[in-house]
Order: sequence, then structure tokens, then C-alpha cells
Amino acid sequence: MLMLEKRPSPSRFWNWATPVLAVVLTMLAGGLMFALLGKSPTEAIRTIFWDPLFGEFAWYFRGQLLVKAGPLILIAVGLSLGFRAGIWNIGAEGQYIMGAIFGAAAGLALYPADSRLIFPLMVVAGAFGGWLWAMIPAILRTRFRTNEILVSLLLVYVAQSILASMALGALRNPDGGGFPGSRNLSQWASSANPELIAGTGMHWGVVAAMAAVIAAHVLLQRHILGFHIRLAGQAPRAARFAGVSPGRLVLLCMGISGGLAGLAGMFEVTGPAGQIQIDFASGYGFTAIIVAFLGRLNPVGILLAGLLMALTYVGGDNAATNLGLPAASIQAFQGMLLFFLLALDLLSNYRIRLTRKEAA
Amino acid sequence: MDRRTLLAGAASGLALSLAGRTALAQAKEKVKVGFVFVGPIGDGGWTFQHNEGRLAVEKEYGDRVETIYQESVPEGSDAERVLTQMVLAGCDIIFTTSFGYMDATNAVAAKFPNVKFEHCTGFKRDHANVATYNARFYEGRAVCGTIAGMMTKSNKIGYIGSYPIPEVVQGINASFIHAKKVNPDVTISVVWAYTWFDPAKEADAAKALIEQGVDVILAHTDSTAPLAEAAKTPGVIGFGQASDMANYKPSPRVSSIIDNWAPYYVKRVGMVLDGTWASTDAWEGIAGGEVQVGEITDAVPAEVKAKAMEIHDAIAAGTYHPFTGPLNRQDGSAWLAEGQVASDGDLLGMNFYVEGISGEIPK
Repeated sequence: MLMLEKRPSPSRFWNWATPVLAVVLTMLAGGLMFALLGKSPTEAIRTIFWDPLFGEFAWYFRGQLLVKAGPLILIAVGLSLGFRAGIWNIGAEGQYIMGAIFGAAAGLALYPADSRLIFPLMVVAGAFGGWLWAMIPAILRTRFRTNEILVSLLLVYVAQSILASMALGALRNPDGGGFPGSRNLSQWASSANPELIAGTGMHWGVVAAMAAVIAAHVLLQRHILGFHIRLAGQAPRAARFAGVSPGRLVLLCMGISGGLAGLAGMFEVTGPAGQIQIDFASGYGFTAIIVAFLGRLNPVGILLAGLLMALTYVGGDNAATNLGLPAASIQAFQGMLLFFLLALDLLSNYRIRLTRKEAA
Repeated sequence: MDRRTLLAGAASGLALSLAGRTALAQAKEKVKVGFVFVGPIGDGGWTFQHNEGRLAVEKEYGDRVETIYQESVPEGSDAERVLTQMVLAGCDIIFTTSFGYMDATNAVAAKFPNVKFEHCTGFKRDHANVATYNARFYEGRAVCGTIAGMMTKSNKIGYIGSYPIPEVVQGINASFIHAKKVNPDVTISVVWAYTWFDPAKEADAAKALIEQGVDVILAHTDSTAPLAEAAKTPGVIGFGQASDMANYKPSPRVSSIIDNWAPYYVKRVGMVLDGTWASTDAWEGIAGGEVQVGEITDAVPAEVKAKAMEIHDAIAAGTYHPFTGPLNRQDGSAWLAEGQVASDGDLLGMNFYVEGISGEIPK
């Protein structure tokens, strides 16, 4: 009979082995699904995981991986700080949207001026927008002890409504022929966030994501704030004795994650997306939660997890087009990855033991 | 490989793929056709009909065409990648079938001048290799609006709008104008779903309308959900939208507006095959066969059917335009004088309700 026995402390080995094992199991189960759909499983898996990296058109797809991974990593790094300290910002999607709106609005207010200062101003406005949106659940929690999970999540829907109203009203392109959506920011030199080196996909958002990974790594390893964050998560009582103010920590963690999510939104709207549009929000804020956990709340892990997640999207689209796979099968495939990861997480905290049934 | 050689590789790869195409600019033996869909083919409506058009292309040209498609492509930054990916897969012509792909279509078209792009329901043709096409759905709305006006017992008809864009506003106005013509007491309530395809939201919108006392529902979204919702309440009727939605016959679906893209797709792919393709803006309606009105069922009295067909036939013959004056704007200001017909320019930028509709277009 199989028994689960709690480990005295989480297994370091399984902590890092489970993501790898989850990917392998996803390939097996996904391959089975593709086979049932009448497609070659090896070809499907190859199209998803291999072709974007090493296939004929890898020169294009590698850059697209960075474009897709950039915002995920930037948001996930911010979220991971709070998650480590037991502060659950689930509303990064809303902060991402508000960052894009604030950033775009700051730029469009000066349209069509030609100045190198506009883009930096938009960056600041974007980070501010995300920070501001995160401060609502943060202050409500510190002042009134509301639950930041619910408040931040529900504010996503508020942000989506504001987004629709902006695309139809205040930020609508006056030359847009009656269509919703702002001016295309990526086509206006002062606000554009173009590829820094043509063909690489590297834009300022990707640079910011890399910088955030390094900064978070240093913060967690070397800085007293990082120590406080880790302590608050692992031993809240001890943290209080060590002089960590829980309220201050909430404001800091929510603020950092909101600001980074806002930045991600701002870089997206000025680059790959181009305009404030009713459905500008593409779920990065929610996917980033998965990326944060897939990366074990560790900055370097998040970097790898973000790239892996981007690979399943870019490769998944590639397979959908070239192999004629239905969109739902690709979503199911991505779902499997998360399912296996969560299921296998059990192994880091428990060990499986085989026991004989004992006589009563 | 260091970054420099990687980039050189990227640049030469791009150049190669472009050069490979230039050599074949004239008539072609075989073309590859790409379709970008906003929803799943199984929506039973908008995307389903575009896919029917794709199948018609395959049937018409057999071995001379290969088609690929991708469903549920978000109308944001992903669209550009999917389009590029289709170009890399060797497509000669790509149809993007939702208005939100407008900027992405033009951006990718700029990079690949030898691939043809066709954007559905947009107006931007920034490059010589971009064409746009749409159908005069409002003509079908005039027919459905007539049926709606005669059939409603509560004098309340409802309209589920997707996005407040000119095409949808045309549909609302055309429906209302023709309902009002046959029933001066009719009012119209509009609910905006802000989505093309989301059966849950579409069903909620229909439910909200029914709760307000609406007994005829028109929808401008892509799924069959509004009809499924209407079926739950006796006495409520609706129309097939984009596709015939014949499963809901004879009621709640009493008629339908069918988008028939097949003739256009067959024609345009044929032009790529024989090398005569050029950037155009196509906007056909009932007369051209792009918009069809589905069978009017026996759930509708004969005189209603006769009246609806009278409008249909007049539009088909070109003797009647659904937007014929006198018509005023919502605020009471004059729009079209007696006998004056709306210009296409007016229709393509339509951002106002006609007189008699209450509520505001979201701003």
C-alpha cells in the first residue's frame, strides 16, 4: 500500500527535479493526446519544443520567445517577493493594465511632440500606474485588514473596464475612423519601444526583465529587506521579534510587484502591442503567477520558467498553424504542464513509502 | 555562435526568404493560403463561416492550393507573430478575419511585400499588398429588423453589440429603422458584450435583455449562445447571426443573416494563382451574394414573411437602400434628407445612433 509521509523539511532535490519531471510527463501525456487527434506525437512535440529554438526559422522565433517571456518574467519577479513573504498579489493583471494606461496617457498627452524625454516619462508613469493600483489592496490590508487576494483580484475587473473606456473614449485615436483603440505608440518615434537590435526581439521590457532578475537575486541574497521577506514567509513570529514591520513589508512588496507589472504593461503597449485596445490585456498578469511558482519563487528559476512558458505559447501557436491542431488542444497541453507541476509538488513535501498492510 | 553571427544569420535568412518569393511574383502553379481566426471554428457563427470559405477554396482549386489556419488568435501582440509565422510557413496570401488584426496585418505586410494580405472589416491599406473586404451586413439587418418590429409583442427588441465600431452601429441603426417602420411603438435596448466570442457573456447579455421584457433578440457576436438563451423562454425569438444556426429552427431562430465568404475567397485566391491580384476594398451585400438571409420559418406569420421578403428583394434589386432619408441623428439633427441615400463614407465611419434609439454609444 502506498503511504505519504511528510518530510521534516522540503526536499531540495525534488524542489528542482519536479519542474523537469513535469515537462517530461507533459510531453508524454500531450503526445498521447496529439496521437488521439490523429497527429504524429513526435512531430507535434518537436514543433512545440524544438523548432522555435533550433528549427529552420529559429532566427525569428528565438526573438519572439524573449518578447513573450519579457513581461512574464518582469511581473513574476515582482510577485515572487510578496509570495515569499506570504503577501498574495493576485491582481498583477490589473496593475499591468493600469501601467499601460498611465504610460500611454502620459505619452499621448504630448502627441505629436518629438522629444527623447517622452519615453522615459512614460516609463515612470507606467510604473507609477501599476504601483498606484497595487497600493489600493495594500493600504486596505494594512489599515482595515481586508484580504489582499480578493481586493487585488477584483480590481483586475475594474482595470479592464477602465481599459475599455479608455480605448473608446479619452485615449481613442481621433484619426481612427470611428474604431476603438489609441494611436499606435510603436509607430510614433517619441513613444516607440522598438527592438534594440533588429531581429533579436530584445526591447526595453526584456532589458528591464533581466535587470529585475539580477536585482531580485541580489536583494534576496544580500540585502536586509530580502532577509526580512524570507523571514516573514518562513517564520512570521520570529520576523516580528526581529523588528520586521508587517505593514511596511506589505506596502513594499505590493508596491514593487505593482510597479514592475505596470512597467511590463507600459513596455508592451509601446512595443509589441502598440496601442491601448479593449482587449489589450492578454492574461500576462495571471500567467506570471504560474511562472513565479514554476520558477520556485527564485529569480533565476523565474527566468527559466518564463522562457519555458513562452516556448509553450510560441511553439504551441506554431504547431496549431502548421499541423492544423485545434486551439483547444494547445491550451489543454499548457494546462497539463501546470497540472503535473502542482501534482508533483507533493514530492517536495512528502515522500512516498510502500508499506505492508499490518494485521489489526 | 556569438551574437554577431546569429544576427547575420537572421538577416540573410530574411533576405533569402524574400528573394525566394520575388522570383515567383507572376502566375503561380500552387499557392498556400493562411487564415487567422478570432474564435474557434466550432463557434457555429462568424469563424465557422470563414472556415466554410476556406473549405470552398480547397474544393475549387484542389491540388493547386494548400490552406492553413489558426483559431482563437488574440487581437493583440500575438497576432503579429502568428502572421509572421504563416509567412514563414510559405503562405502567398493571408486572410485576417477580425477588425482587431488591422495594425498587425499592416505591420507584417510592410515586412513581406511579396505576400498578399486581406483584412476583413478594417479600412487600413497602408501598403500595396494589403486589401480589405467586408460585407454589407446592415442589409440583412433591415430584413431582420422588419421581422422583429412586426413580431414583438412587448414592443421591446434587444441587440447584443460586440464592440462599438461603425459596422456594429450600422447594424443597430438598420435594425431599429426597419422595426420602427412597421411598428412605430418599438424601442431597442443595446447591451455591449466587448467580445466577439464568449458564449457565457453572450448568454448573460441575452438573459439581461429578456429580463427587461425584450422578446426579440438580435446579436452581433459570434456564437449561438444568445439563441440558446432565447430558447429557454417561450415567446422569445432571435436570428441566426453570421451563420444560419439552423439547429434552432423553427423557433427561436426565425431567420438568419448568413455571411457567405466563399465566392470572395475563391475569387481572390484565383487572382493570386493567375497573377492578377491587386489591393482593393470589397464591400458586397445581398446583391453580390456575400450576405444571405436564411429561411424565414413558419413560426412567423405569412404577412410578416411577405413584408420581410419585399424589403429583401428590393435591396437585392438595388431599388432600395436601408439608409434612405428622411433620417435624423439621435440628437434630432438632420442626417439624410427625404430620398437621400447614405454615402459609403458615412456608413464606414458611423458613430451615432439614429433618432429614436435611447442610450449612448460607449465612449
